[in-house]
Amino acid sequence: MRPTWLICAREFRAYFLTPLGYGLVAALLCLHGLYFNVTLLQGEHSSYEVVQGYFFQSSGFVAAVAVLVTMRAFAEERQTGTAMLLLTAPLPEWQLVLGKFLGAFGFLCVYVALSAYMPLLIMVNGAVTPGHLVAGYVGLLALGAVVTAIGTLTSALSNSQLLAAVLAASIVALLFACWVVAGAVQGVLGEAIAYLDLMLSHYLSFSRGVIKLSTLVYYASLVYLALLAASVALRLRRWGA
Amino acid sequence: MIVAESLSKYYGQRRALDDVSFRIGRGEVVGFLGPNGAGKTTLLKLLSGVSMSHAGDFCIDGYSSRRQPLEVRRRVGFLPDRPPLYDDMRVGAMLRFAAELRGLQGTAVTERVAKVVQQCGLSEVQEDLVRWLSHGYRQRVGIAMAIVHAPALLILDEPINGLDPQQIRQMRELIRTLAQEHTVLLSSHILAEVEHTCDRLLILNRGRLVAQGREADLRQQLRPDGFTLRGQGGVEQAAIVAQSLLGLRDVQVRALDSARFELLACGSLAARSTLVTALVQHNLGVEQLAPRQGGDLEALFLGLTEVPPSTGPGES
Repeated sequence: MRPTWLICAREFRAYFLTPLGYGLVAALLCLHGLYFNVTLLQGEHSSYEVVQGYFFQSSGFVAAVAVLVTMRAFAEERQTGTAMLLLTAPLPEWQLVLGKFLGAFGFLCVYVALSAYMPLLIMVNGAVTPGHLVAGYVGLLALGAVVTAIGTLTSALSNSQLLAAVLAASIVALLFACWVVAGAVQGVLGEAIAYLDLMLSHYLSFSRGVIKLSTLVYYASLVYLALLAASVALRLRRWGA
Repeated sequence: MIVAESLSKYYGQRRALDDVSFRIGRGEVVGFLGPNGAGKTTLLKLLSGVSMSHAGDFCIDGYSSRRQPLEVRRRVGFLPDRPPLYDDMRVGAMLRFAAELRGLQGTAVTERVAKVVQQCGLSEVQEDLVRWLSHGYRQRVGIAMAIVHAPALLILDEPINGLDPQQIRQMRELIRTLAQEHTVLLSSHILAEVEHTCDRLLILNRGRLVAQGREADLRQQLRPDGFTLRGQGGVEQAAIVAQSLLGLRDVQVRALDSARFELLACGSLAARSTLVTALVQHNLGVEQLAPRQGGDLEALFLGLTEVPPSTGPGES
């Protein structure tokens, strides 16, 4: 596992050395704060509603950060030629993928930590239970892990960072909007599609302060499948390289 | 030590490598030659583990690339045509990262990094960011990364590309030093470089291995009955005499000075004897007749790689 941590540490550090990393965090934190201020701090809202709204909004920002940071995971390495260093290392593909995923997820955690001043302000000035915050952050990080894993997969599939980001955004948008499709499909199939929805069927309970084990299992399954697919993609690409 | 058997690789319908087999012994410095598109880089990617063959296999120290790919990668160091360097890392950190990625731990990392820094002449730039380095230093760091885990086989793809004459000389010396500890496989389209550095050649053309062996042996294989004759007299008359004889092929005559000529041709001993007689009968002097050693590596390369397009594997 040591090489996995090496790759993870290298990846995590690299985000702070490129404008895509620190610039992206700065820009999205700014937008996030403004949006929070405009939509939730104006008018009459209970503390519960504000925190619930914060976690709902944050899902979109976290998904955007995850898509944008993971697009470089493998695609950029291919563009700059540094992929050769990783691909000639005596490591199984899953260790490369896990290292990249953990590095990107670590960076996402930094973003989430930096945005924590918003709910903390409400907690200090209002009446918010710590449990609500814990449940919200567990859900937010779990959702972030799913999007990070999907981004890692699309970056493993594509040579272009842009294409990787577009692919990841499309898959995530589809998983965010399954409820729309589910509404148009009757019966068991409709229920199955509704279950796949990342937001309505799963994430909303976290933003309300409820931790659902079934959702965590579903999210963990998606992470596992996406990372497994990324490992297989890297292995298959050796046949075409 | 390296045994490749029937390696084939396809890109879609195009056959990039076609049934390539060779053996390389421990400590050899082998040059890979071939025109652009011959399959050199494809073969180097296979040997370095970046890519997988669609047919065939190769073994390094008895480890199969199909059954034990990680063991094979552990024994190979690869410098691609563009060194895989992270611009935001310092040279020392980059080397430690490469060493640890290849499984070295603890004091072994420090010792190996110190050794390759000294071997590759990187002491002055060890604390520099990679992005500050000149092209020559980038190549050196790339080589240092390729040898930091002490691989049995070192693969260098176009190591002198873009270097100035002084850097080329230094790189040549470095490769010779490395050859004392590693088997070196060097790909280059700069023929003089291969001539200077390598013990043996593998020549690829259109995905096929068209020749392998020492340079002198290959020349002999290419034109086994070639000879050179130096004589006195007119060039035109010598050419007429030589071309009128049966049994001689590929006749070329050129003037050495106003009264002397050199004749290159291929033919049996009997044909050569007939030629000498005919020249003397036409009042032309014969100074020297010798089997052809000659031509340079370029002539050899062109002779082996000038294949009619219709016979190439890419066309099948």
